[in-house]
Amino acid sequence: MDMTEVPAFVDIFSLVNLLLQFLDSFAFLVLAAVGLVVIFGMMGIINLAHGEFILVGAYSTTLAAVAGAPFVVAVVIGTLTTAVFGILLERSILKRFYDRPLDSMVATWAISLMMIQGTRIYFGNSITQASTPFGSINYGPYSYSAYRVALAGVSVAVLIGIYLVFTRTEFGLKARATIQDADTARAMGVNTERIYILTFGFGSALAGLTGALYAPTLSMSPEVGQNFLVEAFVAVVVGGSSVVMGTSLAGILLGAINAFFSNVYSTFWGRIALLAAAILAIRLMPYGITGVIENIRDRRRAGMSLRESLKIPAVTVLLGGGSND
Amino acid sequence: MKGMDRRDFVKATGVAGAAGLAGCIGGDDVGDDGPTVGIIEDRSGNFGLVGTPKWASTRLAIEEINEDGGILGEEIDIFDPDPQSDNTRYQELVEQAIQEYDVDALWAGYSSATREAIRPIINRNDQLYFYTTQYEGGVCDQSIFAVGATARQQLGVVIPYMIDEYGPDAYTIYADYNFGQLSEEWTRIILDENGGNLLGEEAIPLEETDFGSTINRIQEEDPDFIVSMLVGAEHEAFYDQRLSAGITDIPIATSTNMAQGYGHRRLEAPSMENVHCGVNYVEEVDTPASNEYVDAMYDRFDDLEYVNQEGQNNYFSVYMWKEAVEEAGTFDEDAVKEVLQEGMEVDAPEGTIELNGATHHMTHNMRIMRADENHEIDFPGEPEIIEPTFLEEDIGCNLPENPEERQYEPFGPDSPYEDPFPDV
Repeated sequence: MDMTEVPAFVDIFSLVNLLLQFLDSFAFLVLAAVGLVVIFGMMGIINLAHGEFILVGAYSTTLAAVAGAPFVVAVVIGTLTTAVFGILLERSILKRFYDRPLDSMVATWAISLMMIQGTRIYFGNSITQASTPFGSINYGPYSYSAYRVALAGVSVAVLIGIYLVFTRTEFGLKARATIQDADTARAMGVNTERIYILTFGFGSALAGLTGALYAPTLSMSPEVGQNFLVEAFVAVVVGGSSVVMGTSLAGILLGAINAFFSNVYSTFWGRIALLAAAILAIRLMPYGITGVIENIRDRRRAGMSLRESLKIPAVTVLLGGGSND
Repeated sequence: MKGMDRRDFVKATGVAGAAGLAGCIGGDDVGDDGPTVGIIEDRSGNFGLVGTPKWASTRLAIEEINEDGGILGEEIDIFDPDPQSDNTRYQELVEQAIQEYDVDALWAGYSSATREAIRPIINRNDQLYFYTTQYEGGVCDQSIFAVGATARQQLGVVIPYMIDEYGPDAYTIYADYNFGQLSEEWTRIILDENGGNLLGEEAIPLEETDFGSTINRIQEEDPDFIVSMLVGAEHEAFYDQRLSAGITDIPIATSTNMAQGYGHRRLEAPSMENVHCGVNYVEEVDTPASNEYVDAMYDRFDDLEYVNQEGQNNYFSVYMWKEAVEEAGTFDEDAVKEVLQEGMEVDAPEGTIELNGATHHMTHNMRIMRADENHEIDFPGEPEIIEPTFLEEDIGCNLPENPEERQYEPFGPDSPYEDPFPDV
């Protein structure tokens, strides 16, 4: 593909193409990342088996759908199965790894390998897959898969849901208290053990939901979860540790970059641009987008004017290597 | 050393030393239990799906031969680790097969990237090697017998059919590595030779699963048919997105999909509707020879899911090797190669085909495999014998005379072809 070619937005339909591709990319990035970011942001576990949580969701949804369950029911089954699976794993293995990020990486990597191979031994190299529901959105000479666009709506709903769970429910309050200071929370009568289980289950359910939603669009092989890993980790690194704000902003930024290059140049350049953006983001914003925002907020609280407080972070962003401490 | 006097010890070490030395010189079957073949085919990873029938077919053929008394009265041993679709692992395992197991013949590798990764090791050791996947063509290499159909044979049967049935304008999407890139060049040549026209093309990275923009670009060009050289489990997502974007009415010509990864069995209908694949064999081919082979495969391997084109290529090439060994009267690789280079007729499940001794390639019974809206398969027209003409006629590859080790490309300096669509 010749990069010097000037992209021509000949008509409104091409812009619709770009918009739909953006929604598609945004949904994929957000949904790939949410389960990972809840478990990492809330519990400090870097879950390298994230892809295999997605695998559990995808396989259980596919098996239910192919057995005749309506798609929505199959998605619920996939989500719940993954939640139960996550809780069992937390109780048996991962509870020993809280606040041991490096150890947890090795442990979850091992779990990932065993699950991929176990799936292959039990189910073989593939299972029959369901096809994507809904039809297409048609406009002018073009069309786009309606389902993939609908996933953008689902991803926004998921983000709002996570926000409400952690800010408006008693569980969310206790979870945040436990994550901030487990001893104090316990002293205040919070059953922290239970909170850990539920938070892990919640993160697992989100990963399962992702697998369930993408199950009809991907090839059902034991490596299906690996399709999400690059996007998931890139979104977490670019977004930073804040679950809702970090993930949504990363989804918007990276989704726009990926969609623009995929649409105007080629799928190949879309991928290159996504990874190049991630490298730049790590260099310029070592704490992610939320790190930069928190930095600005801290300066505002310290009494600086808005103008003043934006200035210094902007400089650190441009020159790179700024600390948020 | 109890029970062994000094003289025995000297004798024993002397024999061991001589055997070791002979091993260094490289004679076959010295310090070895008997003839061994290497079967290094993917049973896991991105190519596990398409590699498993290759592994199973090779095993089946060797087991049948052993039950029948072996070759030259000897039972054949098998070395068959799983390379897991990983080219680095392939290199290690091929080294091990050659150095440690001293294999007399090797079947290894699904993708062209794998073949190129292990080719230097094969060449360094002059290892007799059968590469059985359908591929882009052009490998003129004295150690390699590339027995699968080439792009010229596969696209040569399906593209003319598409032009006749649907119209001249094509759009190509292909996997972005050597196989896809060179097959795309062949697409240009074959389109041009048959009065077709290329509207556009796109290379797709192997791990891509999102085809929204690609589908939009295809719609913008509005071709009469799509030529697809997509590869691996990830790329299969294209077919479902094609269905949900509602473009199954644009027919597809392919040299890769269905025949290898049996998408028509695994994906819900009608995502493979209107897909046409140029094949030399798939299990749906309904002839006595084919049915016998398919039955034997499912009898032997309970959880086998499909008998694909490449599996059959492994199967007949094992028997071809057996015949050459028997004619040579030895497992010696040079002697076996000499017999093979005289050419040979083979009765394969696909029908009778012929090995071209000069180029180490096969003629094939090429068919068009077509899926309908229920994913039922039919084969329009009669099977057509297509010769592997590129190396012999266009390049002049003659391995017995000139034992080269290289790959010729359709638009390379030694090839007579020029890009007929330089602006696309």
